[in-house]
Amino acid sequence: MSASDSAKINDFVIKIATVNGTGSASANMLLMKAIFRSGIPVMGKNYFPSNIQGLPTWYEIRVSKQGYVACSGRVDIMVAMNAETYSKDVREVAPGGYLIYDSTWPRPALLKREDITAIGVPLAKLCNENFNGVRTRILMKNICYAGVLAALLDLDLEHVRQLLAETYAKKPQLVASNMKAIELGYECAKATFPCPLPLRTEKMAKTSGYIMIDGNTAAALGCVFAGATVAAWYPITPSTSLMDAFKAFSDRMRIDGASGRKNFAFIQAEDELAAIGMVIGASWNGARAFTATSGPGISLMNEFLGLAYYAEVPAVIFDIQRVGPSTGMPTRTQQGDIMACAYASHGDTRQVCLYPANAEECFHMAVQAFDLAERLQTPVLVLSDLDIGMNDWMCREFKWDDAYRPDRGKMLDKAEVEKLEKFYRYVDKDGDGITYRTLPGVHPKAAYFTRGSGHTQFGMYTEDSVDYQLLLDRLLIKWASAKKLVPRALIDATAGGEIGIVSVGSCDGAIREAMDLLRARGVGLNYMRIRAFPFSEDVERFLAAHQVLFVVEQNRDAQLRALLTLETQVEKAKLHSLLHYNGLPISSSFIVEGVLAHLQPGTKSRAAAGQ
Amino acid sequence: MTFIAKPKIAHPSLPRNPLGMTRRDYEGALSTLCAGCGHDSITAAVVEACWELAIEPQNLVKLSGIGCSSKTTAYFVNGAHGFNSVHGRMPSIAMGANAANRNLHYIGVSGDGDTLSIGLGQFCHAIRRNLNMLYIIENNGVYGLTKGQFSASADVGSKAKKGETNFQPPIDAVLLALTLGASFVARSFSGDKEQLVPLIQAGLKHKGFALIDVLSPCVTFNDHEGSTKSYAYTREHYEPAIHTDFVPLQQAITAEYAAGATLPVVLHDGSRIVLRKLDASYDPTDRAACAATIQERLKEEEYLTGLLFFEPGQPEFHDLNGTPEGALNAVPYEALSPGSAGMQKILARYR
Repeated sequence: MSASDSAKINDFVIKIATVNGTGSASANMLLMKAIFRSGIPVMGKNYFPSNIQGLPTWYEIRVSKQGYVACSGRVDIMVAMNAETYSKDVREVAPGGYLIYDSTWPRPALLKREDITAIGVPLAKLCNENFNGVRTRILMKNICYAGVLAALLDLDLEHVRQLLAETYAKKPQLVASNMKAIELGYECAKATFPCPLPLRTEKMAKTSGYIMIDGNTAAALGCVFAGATVAAWYPITPSTSLMDAFKAFSDRMRIDGASGRKNFAFIQAEDELAAIGMVIGASWNGARAFTATSGPGISLMNEFLGLAYYAEVPAVIFDIQRVGPSTGMPTRTQQGDIMACAYASHGDTRQVCLYPANAEECFHMAVQAFDLAERLQTPVLVLSDLDIGMNDWMCREFKWDDAYRPDRGKMLDKAEVEKLEKFYRYVDKDGDGITYRTLPGVHPKAAYFTRGSGHTQFGMYTEDSVDYQLLLDRLLIKWASAKKLVPRALIDATAGGEIGIVSVGSCDGAIREAMDLLRARGVGLNYMRIRAFPFSEDVERFLAAHQVLFVVEQNRDAQLRALLTLETQVEKAKLHSLLHYNGLPISSSFIVEGVLAHLQPGTKSRAAAGQ
Repeated sequence: MTFIAKPKIAHPSLPRNPLGMTRRDYEGALSTLCAGCGHDSITAAVVEACWELAIEPQNLVKLSGIGCSSKTTAYFVNGAHGFNSVHGRMPSIAMGANAANRNLHYIGVSGDGDTLSIGLGQFCHAIRRNLNMLYIIENNGVYGLTKGQFSASADVGSKAKKGETNFQPPIDAVLLALTLGASFVARSFSGDKEQLVPLIQAGLKHKGFALIDVLSPCVTFNDHEGSTKSYAYTREHYEPAIHTDFVPLQQAITAEYAAGATLPVVLHDGSRIVLRKLDASYDPTDRAACAATIQERLKEEEYLTGLLFFEPGQPEFHDLNGTPEGALNAVPYEALSPGSAGMQKILARYR
């Protein structure tokens, strides 16, 4: 085996082009999980249409012995199962790569490429001969290519068999039929081509202690562990799976043993306005409540977010960002809601935002969001995105500390109210801008009136300038308290020097890989990943300590950069934007090229010019 | 509004309810509405109803949206939590609050603009969920705070104070609620306290969504000649079809009722509503017939009033959701978290 061949072991990208609604998702998941169970780090990204059946869809599996989780921007093996996109798919394969296609029908001669290896397998023919029924044949054709890849990549069929047994535990007949399709593909590939390919898998031991989970499922699990009991939402891609997962977990684990009743309320609202209204009503009344939405829902929720900010009601909102503006591209990813969330609603408002970068953080930040919302008595927006939320991420197993108890914040119980001469909702007794609240049903002395109209610190309606301003200014004191409570930025300053890279959320994987690639080329970067708004103190320090700062984000208008210039003392001229906003996840190569183009003028770059 | 502050000390001879509280204990802040506003009479009826029912003030939750009517939640039961939210969105706040604690009384006060225009969607969906609350519409056909625009309940041909005529057909909250499957649908008049108080009591005790559409004239912007929501017009055109008596659990029915014309209904907590037909042909249990009769009478410019339709026993939100009898906000955390052992089981699926 040559050195270049050994470099390809456990380090390649497979892209699978299929048609939406043909069962390819299970085939792709099967492949990815089989690789994962072989101990090899793997990542999967789904590029799907806003459609139920019939439009093109792609799935990308990156096998990475180094554990990189971002797109590499390269395709080594293309499984071209969709005639409609065939020519485009063939063009995408890197020189020296492989094309797997269904050879049941002749392949257009015009689309031949000399620099790649074409592997034709008569998938449709195999399935037509071995299965009955149109639907079954279509589904099995997709399972069959997984078998072909298993042979070509030297995957252990035992993993596949085990995965099928787990998936179809309740329908054993499906295990047999799926396994038959796998074996048909496997045997055909073995009989026709030299297997395995030079580019293949080899068992490792790098996935123990890890799981594969999508960010929405992880966030839903966080809500369960945080003790959320009221979930209200209006269906919207790509957030719906978060609510589905919460319901599925709760249906299993939140049933009261004695009564068989549900210890949660799950409400499909009539729209996003109602969804956030329900969350605010429930939180006001002492339940931990949340909603999940995406950009269009955030736009609709703005009025209520202002109410919750001003009347100081906790609320947890997950914004699984997708491409905007307007309806945009519902099944594509972006970080386009950073500004819309930071100052959501009219008047002087500012909202606490958390920015998870991966599924593991989705879990932990979900729990944290409820604690912060109740501690600060204000909405907390968790800004995930489609890439984090709907793709499968390899991440460390979630650890749960049984000592955890929800932080209900400054909530007075009956005994505490009893001791008071009189209760005033908005008087800042502790000087941290956070006042005490009470729940209905506790004590007649605890009653207060919540309103979005001007109110005094005693909770009374007011149009008095002094009273109004006193309360509005106290909210700034609370904002300063929030700075100390939100998650700090993650800083990696091991490179030293004066060049930094600043980013947020799902850019993280691509940045970490890009930093390795740049280091190999002699460029050292310090990295700061911002995890919350308001910005913690260390953000200001990092910005001050660097002369050149690349701000990497996935939107057109450099929203993170704008927020940094508004909320810190940083000199604008130091901030160079690398903006990726085509709707696909950002790749490491995009960042490498962007950084080099700036530091070494003359290098070609796809990134937008720094501002 | 009146500027004369109410005395804070109750006279010892004032009657007390079983909790030892006087009517004064159920009052709220001073009203800032116009003198003679129908809404203030409704507020007084709410105070009376709550006092008679001896509701513990802290067990009442007052909710509202935006508008003159929505301000009134501040004017009754000071000892209850209140939430004056945003325009047209009170039903969602009520839904969330009720989801968190099903064991309180929820009273929402809204107006015709708040309910039938900006909040029409949330109103309809609260009915569909059979949210357990009393929903009062203080209906005056006009936008008061913005000075006299027609609302969605303004009748065709009704004239605005400045002389403009309304040509758009009204949305009738009662007919709408009937078609949406509401189980308690009533109409009343702010000037008829005798009818209104037992309706409020019955609505508070009803398990499910109880609607009372109260015609409540706006003395400043809609009380003139040519208005179909003025005091004079309403007095002349409203017609009680059903008389409602509310009989609390601990009391025996004492009133005399003519046989055949009464319909006693036992509520979930054992208290009773006695419906007395004033119109022999009207059947308050036949949804389709009710809707037809109400519509026919509207054509004749008559507002039928009373508990116009009643169908107790429909499952409310929590019955459908399957939540426990206790409040969700009181479930101990230990019963909500799967813990580290639960986590291990969950993670097995993702390995």
